[in-house]
Amino acid sequence: MSPIASNDGMRPWRLLRAALCVFVAVCLLSPLVVVLIISFSSAPFLQFPPPGLSLRWYMLLFSTPAWMNSLLVSVELLVPSSILATIMGTAAAYALVRGRVPGAPFIMACLMLPIVVPGMITAAALFGVYRGLGLNGTLTGLIIGHTVLNLPYVVATVASALRVQDARLELAAATLGAPPWATFRRITLPLVLPAVLSSLLIAMILSFDELIVSLFVSSARVRPVAVQMWSNLMGDFDPTIAAIASVCFLFAFLVLLADLALRAGRSLRLT
Amino acid sequence: MRPIDRRIWLLLPATLLLTVAFLGPVGWLLARAFTFPQPGFQNFELLWQRPVYLRVMGNTLLISAIVTPIVVLLGFPVAHMMAHGSARLRRWLVFLVLVPFWTSLLVRSFATAILLQRHGVINSFLIGFGFIDEPLPLLYNLTGLLAGCVQVLLPFVIFPLYSAMARIDPALMKAAATLGAPPLRAFVRVYLPLTLPGVMTGATLVFISTLGYYIIPALLGGARQQMVAQLIQDQIATFGNWGVAGALSLVLLLATGVLLALLQLTVGLKEIAR
Repeated sequence: MSPIASNDGMRPWRLLRAALCVFVAVCLLSPLVVVLIISFSSAPFLQFPPPGLSLRWYMLLFSTPAWMNSLLVSVELLVPSSILATIMGTAAAYALVRGRVPGAPFIMACLMLPIVVPGMITAAALFGVYRGLGLNGTLTGLIIGHTVLNLPYVVATVASALRVQDARLELAAATLGAPPWATFRRITLPLVLPAVLSSLLIAMILSFDELIVSLFVSSARVRPVAVQMWSNLMGDFDPTIAAIASVCFLFAFLVLLADLALRAGRSLRLT
Repeated sequence: MRPIDRRIWLLLPATLLLTVAFLGPVGWLLARAFTFPQPGFQNFELLWQRPVYLRVMGNTLLISAIVTPIVVLLGFPVAHMMAHGSARLRRWLVFLVLVPFWTSLLVRSFATAILLQRHGVINSFLIGFGFIDEPLPLLYNLTGLLAGCVQVLLPFVIFPLYSAMARIDPALMKAAATLGAPPLRAFVRVYLPLTLPGVMTGATLVFISTLGYYIIPALLGGARQQMVAQLIQDQIATFGNWGVAGALSLVLLLATGVLLALLQLTVGLKEIAR
């Protein structure tokens, strides 16, 4: 720090900056911490601080068929939709970045649209079109919707990883006589694998959390966790919701840690 | 011009899915605006004539316009600390912002509701310390809605701002100081203009996200804070009025598109992707 920059005139600003950072930190984290604590409450209402601790809301959660059923539906939904989106998105990103495709920037922009268009519009549109096809209230309908919503994240993540990789490595393999598929499998894929796995994780999280399309397309029988939470929230809040929210939070937190580990591995390999 | 290579076929699954399950349905919904219940512009006339539609659209714009500056002002110091603090501090801050960012919007909105409710944490705290006697109404009104939006949208501003700030050459500030600018003036005249692309990107992302929000206003706002996405849902689920829903969707989409186009003109999308 130079003597000029650290003169006393800056001190109040530094204090203000620190205070605002602490305020933002509290705003971002306190809700999550409070929900975690309340989920272990022994009281039948969302009281804070809780009068005592218990696991009764977790027991209730895991013994209520509606919640268990919705957890199952969520898994049946997020596994295929995240895998499909990852395969389709990786293939598309590879073609757009490495292939000589006319209008590649335009196609890329179109593939990003599901992020830009507000969720309510996508949800209403799918609901409307599904009515004629009998897809509302089916797992297939949900999987199709979630795959489309996940696609942009996969394409963006994999495309940016491909742009960083040296295309000449593939060219060298091809020159040495490797067929295109072998070049992809032995050279390209290992290089971008961390990005592909990272986008698979993102897709899983997004699918698990997605509410608006699920709200329109699901039914009482095929109802993912997010919709089950929503319908409970419209009634009375009770600590079961805090328990399921904590489960969701834990799931996201673990996936984030896995993703950070993947990214750390990737940057190590680059240097 | 070299021939198009066979790898173009790899695009087929993704573009096919996008067309059939996204572009087609959205196009169908927007077309309802002009065809339901009969061809013509009557749905847009309705939007203009019925005070409820105009009020909700105005509300939505107003809420986005209030949320955006709050988020930018709160995100700025965090991004600044991230960009110019120690590496250790930066890692902690990135983690701090990422954890809620990855947590579902529904979970965070519900958590915010617990904090803000009548006998919630904030009210108990304020009463416990004797600041107030009666619980403040913080939920199901504008306060609740703003608190929810700001909380959820902070990362959208912090990350673009951070990437703009991290690229600023520290020598520039030293040069300004050497040339005799007091710190505050150097900040306002040299530093601030250089963060502008980050500010614009973050602010636009926040503004367009807020325009389309459904979960937060439904969960934390009151009846008087109804927003466009809720109105679209209402038109379809309650009234089966696909024409008005389509017209509202078109207006919402146009507003989003215009804002993104403005951002593209001023900052450039390449910059945003960095």
